[in-house]
Amino acid sequence: MSQTEWPLWEVFIRARRGLGHLHVGSLRAADTTMALQHARDLYTRRGEGVSIWVVPTDAIGASSPDEKDPLFDPAMDKVYRLPSYYRMPEGAERL
Amino acid sequence: MDPRASQPAFIPGAAELLAEVEAAESLLDQRGPAGAAAPAGGEEADLLAHFEAVIAADAKIEPRDWVPAGYRESLIRQIAQHAHSEIVGMQPESNWITRAPSLKRKAILLAKVQDEAGHGLYLYSVAESLGANRESLLTALHDGKQKYLNFINYPTLTWGDVGALAWLTDGAAVVNQVPLCRSSYGPYARAMVRVCKEESFHHRQGFDLLWTLSQGSPAQHTMAQEAVNRWWGPALAMFGPPHRDSTHSEKSMAWRIKRFTNDELRQRFVDITVPQAEILGLTLPDPALAWNSERGHYDFTPPDYEELKRVVAGNGPCNRQRLARRRQAHEQGEWVRAAAAAHAAKHSREDAA
Ligand SMILES: [Fe+2]
Ligand SMILES: [Fe+2]
Ligand SMILES: [Fe+2]
Repeated sequence: MSQTEWPLWEVFIRARRGLGHLHVGSLRAADTTMALQHARDLYTRRGEGVSIWVVPTDAIGASSPDEKDPLFDPAMDKVYRLPSYYRMPEGAERL
Repeated sequence: MDPRASQPAFIPGAAELLAEVEAAESLLDQRGPAGAAAPAGGEEADLLAHFEAVIAADAKIEPRDWVPAGYRESLIRQIAQHAHSEIVGMQPESNWITRAPSLKRKAILLAKVQDEAGHGLYLYSVAESLGANRESLLTALHDGKQKYLNFINYPTLTWGDVGALAWLTDGAAVVNQVPLCRSSYGPYARAMVRVCKEESFHHRQGFDLLWTLSQGSPAQHTMAQEAVNRWWGPALAMFGPPHRDSTHSEKSMAWRIKRFTNDELRQRFVDITVPQAEILGLTLPDPALAWNSERGHYDFTPPDYEELKRVVAGNGPCNRQRLARRRQAHEQGEWVRAAAAAHAAKHSREDAA
């Protein structure tokens, strides 16, 4: 018999105020309302969160670690972005 | 009287297992040595070298990483079997929800069965992150092409079986799953941390249920004992065939998607469970069970591996019933899925207009 499959959603949960939303997994749901209800039942049965985001998996753009030119490479040769690059003269404090 | 008033505060072995789950969880928060390094070239050899370096450093593989086909296939097989066990595993207990002896026990059992559904869904989600498709995994289960754990094919004859099943088989599941909190596949490791924390409630409520029965009338005590006699064998067999006959072990150990042999885990389960049985005032049905001070472990009679083979192959006492019920639930749910999809399509058209 023919089977209907709902689209895939990624679920993000803010565990408590002061933290960002963290990816916890995915689920299948027909629309946003249902995705939120399922996310609540599936990922917050024991008070794990105060806020939920659901995003259609298809809508997420992702960098891929095995791409030819690594996306994160430029960060590594710009060491002057890090405070440890600068040598401080003796006596210079609180900076 | 609240049965908890005289309940032993300490279940031997339980705290130790939970501590391991927490240790694995805090490891997940640390940046692994090879965590940030991505390979510069797209050559297969480079990718394989990078994959092997990540595994060797005990760091995590994540969904979009390149992995060897065998790694992906083994993980999908392992995770699908696990997910199927969670959802088919709801059946032996859910048929007692309406017959639970008190409102408290009914609420506890409902929460446990709901957790098992949740575990199945976390795991299908992990399998999908590896490129598997949920619907085809369910089809493989319904067609008998993918298996689930042996113990689910045994009946729960009395209320005592509900307790014995949870104490012994959820207990065995915890022993099996605690090392999986350190699986090399990140999404699986994270899901297992969550599952293990919830399983420890399952394990304890089973212990609590049996302890209450064991302290009750002679008939209740007998009910608990007989249930333990029925579930000990299936629980021991849950760890699978002995290591020498286990087909996928070597590779899985090297890839760190399995961290101990079936025999090591089975022994650990026995060592943890014997002192718990003593506290319950119940015996385990094995005359050969004895402490071996030389080995530092309990000696025990291995489970009947021929029976295990038969049951996994589809010829246990309840296989047909379990699978038929699962198929029926899925087929009868089709109109709900179709209606919700139609509703969603209609509203997205209205929103667009
Ligand atoms: Fe389980
Ligand atoms: Fe479970
Ligand atoms: Fe469980």
